[in-house]
Amino acid sequence: MSARRVRRGLTSGVMTGLVALLSFCAVLALLLILGNLVAQGASSLDWSFFLRNPVPAGQSGGGVANAIIGTVVIVGLAALIGLPVGVGTGLYLAEYGGGQLGWTVRFVADVLNGTPSIVIGIFAWTWLVKPMGHFSALAGSVALAVLMIPMIARTTEEMVRLVPHSLREAALALGYPRWRTSLRIIARTALAGIVTGCLVGIARIAGETAPLLFTALGNLNFTTNVLQPMQTLSLQIFVYATGPFEEWHRLAWAAALVLMGLVLVLALSARWAIRQRHGAAR
Amino acid sequence: MAPPADLRLQLETARLTALYGRRAVVKDVSIPFATHTVTAVIGPSGCGKSTFLRCLNRMHELSEGGWVTGKVLLDGQDIYDPGVDPVQPRRRIGMVFQRPTPFPTMSIYDNVAAGLRVNGRRPRGALDAAVERALQQAALWDEVKDRLRASAIALSGGQQQRLCVARALAPEPEVLLLDEPTASLDPTGTHRIEELCHELKRRYTIVIVTHNLQQAARVSDYTAFFYLGELIELGRTEELFTSPAKEQTEAYITGRFG
Repeated sequence: MSARRVRRGLTSGVMTGLVALLSFCAVLALLLILGNLVAQGASSLDWSFFLRNPVPAGQSGGGVANAIIGTVVIVGLAALIGLPVGVGTGLYLAEYGGGQLGWTVRFVADVLNGTPSIVIGIFAWTWLVKPMGHFSALAGSVALAVLMIPMIARTTEEMVRLVPHSLREAALALGYPRWRTSLRIIARTALAGIVTGCLVGIARIAGETAPLLFTALGNLNFTTNVLQPMQTLSLQIFVYATGPFEEWHRLAWAAALVLMGLVLVLALSARWAIRQRHGAAR
Repeated sequence: MAPPADLRLQLETARLTALYGRRAVVKDVSIPFATHTVTAVIGPSGCGKSTFLRCLNRMHELSEGGWVTGKVLLDGQDIYDPGVDPVQPRRRIGMVFQRPTPFPTMSIYDNVAAGLRVNGRRPRGALDAAVERALQQAALWDEVKDRLRASAIALSGGQQQRLCVARALAPEPEVLLLDEPTASLDPTGTHRIEELCHELKRRYTIVIVTHNLQQAARVSDYTAFFYLGELIELGRTEELFTSPAKEQTEAYITGRFG
């Protein structure tokens, strides 16, 4: 009797320890990345880093203001294109996507979700950069939007499906037309979840580099013209980190820290949105 | 057995059959519902009583594979007529479900106003008056009048159910369908809903589905007993419970099956 108890206690202890160790390994990667970035990059963060544009190679000083603004513009424009399409598609799939068309759209979204991002970059190059004759931020935004749409569509669909069927029936029984039920009742109820999905989607594309390599290209100067090549943090990191200068490496670390911070803020906002939802759904 | 002829018929089913795909769950049921009466629909689980109720405001056809044959006449007009938009009868027939279904993103006020707003804009004052009237009728006004802007899900289960009654009443329907409205309520909540039935039948025609025989006996004027999708017996409630005409009815109400 007691031997069995000891054995059970032992097994339980070992398994708990094992699981805790594995969880620690999972978290360790993030901790190491963050620690490394802070150690290498934090010292380079000052006002001129945020406010000044890059200076010619060899000179010291200079910042990445153009890349920060470029990231905001390109990601913002991508969100402007991608969010309505993605959320709309998700709503359609959840509310009307029972048939053959719904199945097809869902399948295409899943395939697109698994498409390597560099392939999507090539696609944007073929259809936008080549006909236009030059690289542009717009082409980069379109590439990011294409990357984002299937992600947002699928999370929106999941969130809308979580809304209890009884709510839909209650609205229809009140004499709500179907489309109005979808928008006023179902989408509203799922809103916090949809917003969360959108924030995660934006965070996911904010750090993308590959689709921008032959679309937005990068730009050493400050520009807000979306028809011109534009710099982003990810492109800047790519160029600086692979460059030969010590000064560039320093800036690359700092830029990486800023980009990571940006993504963390978005992820935390998503968390916060989820908390709001659970608070409201109680 | 049927209501006396001098009562006006508000609602009537004529040879109504409800199906899921090829399987009929309500078979050839004809019931007249007289104006300002309460009719209880009773029967064992799975006898088709809820499905029958959902046919009365065209909710059954929203279920996977759901369709009907026969007629449902509302003031003499068939609501299944091909020219009828299903939204129209649903606005004239209110429904309250088994579990409270307040809209979680809306305030108490907005929940009650929802059915009015979907029917078109109306002046603010009229909306306020209609919301207050509906909450009064549902016996909820005194409990919520100071927090109309609060979220509807902050209310207790019983209050939520009365809120759903108020929401159904606000557009002033002619008929009120109650689908086991007290199934998820405690005795106090149940008692209040039953009192409401007595109050509301002065203005509305009520059909209530219940698995609680005492409840049917307490609230209804007429009772319909369903078994295996068929209407076995329809009669005045006292008569059906004291001297049922059919053997199956007697077996059910005396607790021998179901």
